[in-house]
Amino acid sequence: MIPAPFDYVAPTSLDEALAALREHGDEAKILAGGQSLLPVLRMRLNAPEWIIDLGRIDSLRGIREEGDAIVIGAMTPHSVVGNDPLVAQHAGLISAAVERLADVQVRHRGTFGGALAHADPAGDLGGPARALGAVFVIAGAGGMRQVDADDFFVDLFETAIGEDEILVEVRIPKHTGWGSRYEKFVRVEHQWPICAVAATVRVEGGTVTGAGVGLTNMGSTPIRARGVEEALVGQPASAESFAAAAGRAVEGTNPPTDLNGSAEYRLHLAQVLTRRALAAAAGLGEG
Amino acid sequence: MTRINLVVDGMRVADDIEPRMLLVQYLREKLGKTGTVVGCDTSNCGACTVHLDGRSVKSCNVLAVQADGSEVTTIEGLAQNGQLHPVQEAFRECHGLQCGFCTPGMIMQSVDLLKDNPKPTEEEIRLGIEGNLCRCTGYHNIVRAVQHASGQPVAPNEVTA
Ligand SMILES: Cc1cc2nc3c(=O)[nH]c(=O)nc-3n(C[C@H](O)[C@H](O)[C@H](O)COP(=O)(O)OP(=O)(O)OC[C@H]3O[C@@H](n4cnc5c(N)ncnc54)[C@H](O)[C@@H]3O)c2cc1C
Ligand code: FES
Ligand code: FES
Repeated sequence: MIPAPFDYVAPTSLDEALAALREHGDEAKILAGGQSLLPVLRMRLNAPEWIIDLGRIDSLRGIREEGDAIVIGAMTPHSVVGNDPLVAQHAGLISAAVERLADVQVRHRGTFGGALAHADPAGDLGGPARALGAVFVIAGAGGMRQVDADDFFVDLFETAIGEDEILVEVRIPKHTGWGSRYEKFVRVEHQWPICAVAATVRVEGGTVTGAGVGLTNMGSTPIRARGVEEALVGQPASAESFAAAAGRAVEGTNPPTDLNGSAEYRLHLAQVLTRRALAAAAGLGEG
Repeated sequence: MTRINLVVDGMRVADDIEPRMLLVQYLREKLGKTGTVVGCDTSNCGACTVHLDGRSVKSCNVLAVQADGSEVTTIEGLAQNGQLHPVQEAFRECHGLQCGFCTPGMIMQSVDLLKDNPKPTEEEIRLGIEGNLCRCTGYHNIVRAVQHASGQPVAPNEVTA
C-alpha cells in the first residue's frame, strides 16, 4: 500500500523546521529516517496533511565529544552510531544495542533520534538510554531544553517531546572503562525484542562499583532496573551476586502478553537475561 | 507535485511526482525498472533493496522525494559493458536462487556487505543478509554464492544442523 496524499517540505535549518511545525500544528508529522513512520503511513494508520522531512538539516547529524558526554545528533543513522569509535569507547552499551537493532538496510536509513522519539516500548534504544542516564536536548519556540531519560519516556509511543518541538541531540554521559552487554531475545533476528536487557557495569578490584540496567518491552516504556543496580553496587563481581541481583529485575515491571509470550514468561526471561547480561558485561562469559 | 532530480543506474532523471510516491514505485512505474521487486508490505523482506548514495536501503520504505539529489543503483545497473557483476556471476555459478524473487535484493545487499567486509565469515554473511528473506533456498546456496564472490572457499554441500 502507499500513503494517503500529503504535502511535503524539507527545510534546511532547524529554525525553518520549527516554523513549519508551528504553522501546521497537529496536521504535521516529522519525518526522520522513515523506517517506522513510512510503514505507519503505508498501512494508513496515520494520515498527516504535512510531512516535515528533517533529512536536509546537516546540523542534526553527527557525533561529538563534549566534556563528560558523547553527543549524538538526532538524525545520525544507526549504522553510523554503530560504527563510531567514540561511542564504542565511552558508551559501549549503545554500540552493542545498535548492532542488534533491525537489519542492515534499516540501520542505513533509521536514525538514533527517530527511534527514541518513536518510543516503541519494544525499541532497542530505550533500555540503553535509561541504563546510561541519557539526556535529551529538545528544541521548541522557547529555545532548547533538556530532559532526563527518566522523564523522557511517558507512555506507549509517547515522549516528553511536545507537538511543536524537535529532538535535536542526545547526550550520553561517558561510561569509559565500563563493560556492557545487550541481551536481546527474539524469534526473528531483525525484529523487535520479546524482551531485552541492557547492562553496563564498572568493576574495580573484583568489586562492582557502578551499574546501569535498562529493560525493554517489560512495560509501556523502557524501564530502569534500579533494584538490580542497588543490589549490585559494592558486591563482588561474581556469578552469585549477579544471580541474586537479577531476581530484582521484575520490580516495577508490567510486561505485555502477546503472541510471542505471556507476561509470566517475560518476567522469567527478564531475570535470566539480566543475569546473563551482567555476567557478560563484567567479563565473566555468558553466565 | 514535487520536482526531483536524481541519477539512477548512471542516468540523470528528473520528474514531477507526488510526495507520497515510494522510491520503489518511482523506479518501477515511472522509470520501468521492474528488476527491483516488491515482496511484502511491511518492509521486512528486502526484495526491493537498492543502493542510495552507495548504501543499501529498502526502496519500499523510502519516499522518492527523499532521494532527490541522490544517486540510486538498482540491480539493473550492476552489470557493466555487458559483463555481469561478480556477485551476479557467483549467484549463477552457485545456484543461489530457485524462484528468483528474492534475488535482486539478495544481490544488492550482498554487494553492500562485501563493500564493508570483503572476506566475511559464514556467520557475518548470514547476519549481513538478515533483512532479506528467501522462501525457497533455505539460504545455503545464497551464502555459498557470497563466499564464492568474495574469493573464499565455498562451504561444503552438506546439510548441517
Ligand atoms: C524491518 C524493520 C525492522 C525493525 N527492527 C527494529 C528493531 O529490531 N529494533 C528497533 O528498535 N527498531 C526496529 N525498527 C525501527 C527502526 O529502529 C527505526 O529506525 C526507528 O524506530 C525510527 O527511526 P527513524 O529515523 O526511521 O524515524 P521515523 O520513522 O522517521 O520517525 C519515527 C517517529 O518519530 C518522530 N520523530 C523522528 N525524529 C524526530 C525528531 N528529531 N524530533 C521529534 N520527533 C521525531 C516521527 O514524527 C515519527 O513519529 C525496525 C524497522 C523496520 C522497518
Ligand atoms: S518489498 Fe521492500 S522490504 Fe519487502
Ligand atoms: S529463490 Fe525464491 S524467494 Fe529466494
